Amino acid sequence: MFTDKNLPNVSRRALLTGGLATGFLLAFHLPLRAAANEPEQKDTTDGRFAPNAFIRIDETGRTVLMMPQVEMGQGVYTSIAMILAEELDADWAKVEVQHAPPNDKLYANPVFGLQATGGSTSIRAWWKPLRAAGASARAMLVQAAAAQWQVDPASCTASKGEVVHAASSRKIGYGELALAAQGQTPPKDVAVKDPKDFVIIGQPLKRLDTPDKVNGKVVYGIDAILPNMKIAVIANCPVFGGKVGKVDDTGAMKVAGVRKIVVLEDTVAVIGDHTWAAQKGLEALKIEWNEGPNAKISTKDIWQDLRAASEKDGAIAKSVGDIAKGLASGDRFEASFELPFLAHASMEPINATVHVRPDACEIWTGTQIMTRVQAEAAKAAGVPVDKVIVNQHLLGGGFGRKLEPDMVVAAVKIAKQVDYPVKVIWTREEDIQHDVYRPVYRDQVTATLVDGKVSAWKYKIAGSAVIARWLPPAFQKGIDIDAVDAAADMPYDFPNFQVEYVRAEPPAVPTGFWRGVGPNNNVFAFECAMDELARKAGKDPVEFRRAHLTKNPRALAVLNLVAEKSGWGERLPPRVGRGVCVQPSFASYLATVVEAEIDDIGEIVLRRITSVIDTGIAVNPDTVKAQIEGGLIFGLTAALYGEITIDKGRVQQSNFHDYRMMRINETPKIEVIVVKSGEAPGGIGEAGVNAGPPALRNAIYAATGVALRRLPIDRKLLAAGRKA
Amino acid sequence: MATVLTINGETKSFDAPPEMPLLWVLRDILGMTGTKFGCGIAQCGACTVHVDGKAVRSCVLPVSAVANRAVTTIEHVGGTPSGAKVQKAWLDAEVIQCGYCQSGQIMSAAALLVSTPNPDDADIDAAMAGNICRCGTYVRIREAIKQAANGRQS
Ligand code: FES
Ligand code: FES
Repeated sequence: MFTDKNLPNVSRRALLTGGLATGFLLAFHLPLRAAANEPEQKDTTDGRFAPNAFIRIDETGRTVLMMPQVEMGQGVYTSIAMILAEELDADWAKVEVQHAPPNDKLYANPVFGLQATGGSTSIRAWWKPLRAAGASARAMLVQAAAAQWQVDPASCTASKGEVVHAASSRKIGYGELALAAQGQTPPKDVAVKDPKDFVIIGQPLKRLDTPDKVNGKVVYGIDAILPNMKIAVIANCPVFGGKVGKVDDTGAMKVAGVRKIVVLEDTVAVIGDHTWAAQKGLEALKIEWNEGPNAKISTKDIWQDLRAASEKDGAIAKSVGDIAKGLASGDRFEASFELPFLAHASMEPINATVHVRPDACEIWTGTQIMTRVQAEAAKAAGVPVDKVIVNQHLLGGGFGRKLEPDMVVAAVKIAKQVDYPVKVIWTREEDIQHDVYRPVYRDQVTATLVDGKVSAWKYKIAGSAVIARWLPPAFQKGIDIDAVDAAADMPYDFPNFQVEYVRAEPPAVPTGFWRGVGPNNNVFAFECAMDELARKAGKDPVEFRRAHLTKNPRALAVLNLVAEKSGWGERLPPRVGRGVCVQPSFASYLATVVEAEIDDIGEIVLRRITSVIDTGIAVNPDTVKAQIEGGLIFGLTAALYGEITIDKGRVQQSNFHDYRMMRINETPKIEVIVVKSGEAPGGIGEAGVNAGPPALRNAIYAATGVALRRLPIDRKLLAAGRKA
Repeated sequence: MATVLTINGETKSFDAPPEMPLLWVLRDILGMTGTKFGCGIAQCGACTVHVDGKAVRSCVLPVSAVANRAVTTIEHVGGTPSGAKVQKAWLDAEVIQCGYCQSGQIMSAAALLVSTPNPDDADIDAAMAGNICRCGTYVRIREAIKQAANGRQS
């Protein structure tokens, strides 16, 4: 049942029992719900039939579905609409989607207790509540029709936006029922459909957001245009934590079209009639920075500190068997895996448009955290939260960068100084150099082999605790549940097993979530280590993994299928290898084989990628495929090129020439197979990202014998003739 | 002095410094936001438009260089035969994710089909390598270009 009062119960049940089975999500959820306010569910502000916060049907049958999660390319608007429409029995052709307004009471992601889109949680978090919302609304429409016809509601069915009474051959559209349905009491304990009756879920339906993306009509935050709007370009202090010293604006103010220079504590903005004037103005500005205490930091020192920190004992996130005893005998293996800082580089550069008026603050942007943006903007503008209007846009990529409100806060501070709306655009250079970076991690594996199988596995992660900053209540007992995600619940059955976490914060460098989050480092480390252990045991990598997947049938099934589809074991030319990766992440099971060739100078040519995913019920299987394809490229880009380095307190990369992206000419054929499954849906937006780097690294290991332990891949280590 | 340009078959007259890149003229002066800013240094292709039918990066193209030449943008490329085919194939193959790079991708693909009506993988890779897609839609871009070229489902 789905009424005003019991959504939290529904969602809590969803979290505790259903698809949200990973430790990460449970841990995320538990400390938060207790603190959450009692949600008020109904919002009848528009639409004739508005049974809950998600569904609006007017008299014409137009069905508007409110999207609690944001669309940043992952296809979630379509998938969420499909879930609602399925249980509502809506006419898909009449479905429209709308961004939900910022409102944690109505639209908080049940996993975070906050209206946030991230961690591949959208479908998992909303699967049960939205099915209940759709089913309840359908029941109310059926009740309204039955009352009108004076028949038993149980004798009526619903399909494609109509209620049908087969016995009397009558049918009536939802639009005609809207008014009457609004007067109905939501039923108690409404049943959702048996998955075998799904007509929308499971279909590769066309995305709702793409038609406007082929003709320039789509409006992203950066495309906002308002009357009297001016454009600002900014320079943040190049050194982390530094401040603005002196600004000489004589030259800048002479640039045609420059209107105003705004000096904030750590940022200088030039406002102009257009971006070009603002950019020219910024170039003409003479800024002296007070670089402060961080002007000496470098990634070299950060790595030294991290390596030292990772030698300490960590907080124990998971312990099975007797790790000390297990490590005391057998054939010992030790390795450390190191992952660099990374920038997000979403294709749409960071931007926010703000108009601060005497009594209100209005924002146009695309964010992954609408309510947090609203709250932070209220503070910066000095107005009450309810006077902050957030106009959400489709995002030109998010990848976790837009889980931060910093760009909006800075834009509010700039806009506060003028009475017109200002669009603040970050150049790509600012975007790369003032990101909130994927932290550096160092992951240590210590394992023993007995009779060709892993007897003990001790795994220690050292790195920044993003959770402690971003969602403090979820950081408990010294464990960052994101940093250990997919390690604590890794797929293999080891008799003695321990996972530890050492919190190690780099000085001054802001760290945050990056697509693939915690599982990126863990899947990389454990899948690389598994390959090395397989070789030590004299086993084929797939065979070796199978032997340890005794208690994980879903992981085993995807591994077996990927081995078959990728031609695993078939002969390859010299310096060509296949590498495999198996992972459970975001409650999905993914197995991937990358085939790569390493030329004589160590350059890498990707030849072919095969991935098999079991994500439970695939709401939209084509979207699942697309996310795995794109995720693989995203992860492989990082493996091949991704590294942010710091010297003298400054990021050394600045744009796509030195922070490279994979391009189409480097992209191999990718085959993604989505297996049929009746399990609750898992997450899919990030799983592919996790898979690419270890599968490629293992392909290189197979082709060259070089066991890389660090990303990005160092080509110098791969040249022919070098000793492995 | 007013600058006069032919954009999408229409004459536009406006004031802009001659060295101002066409990208900012389109976006900030003419309000045509379909053409995107991605890098500003001719590295990503998000800003691709056609000048006399050729794909060019408008972020580094001074507006003075296109006077008296025909500029076509994403808003109008559907009015050309190759542009219309590409747009349709893009939707049929469900290429698009966030979409931010796709104006540029479509402009590059439409220009490719004019110069090379039946491109193979190597032609596609060569013509499209200047367009970054951070969402990683490359596999489908290849497939969609082939579909647009000959209607075949690859
Ligand atoms: S914005 Fe012109 S190529 Fe990137
Ligand atoms: S679709 Fe997002 S950058 Fe290409």
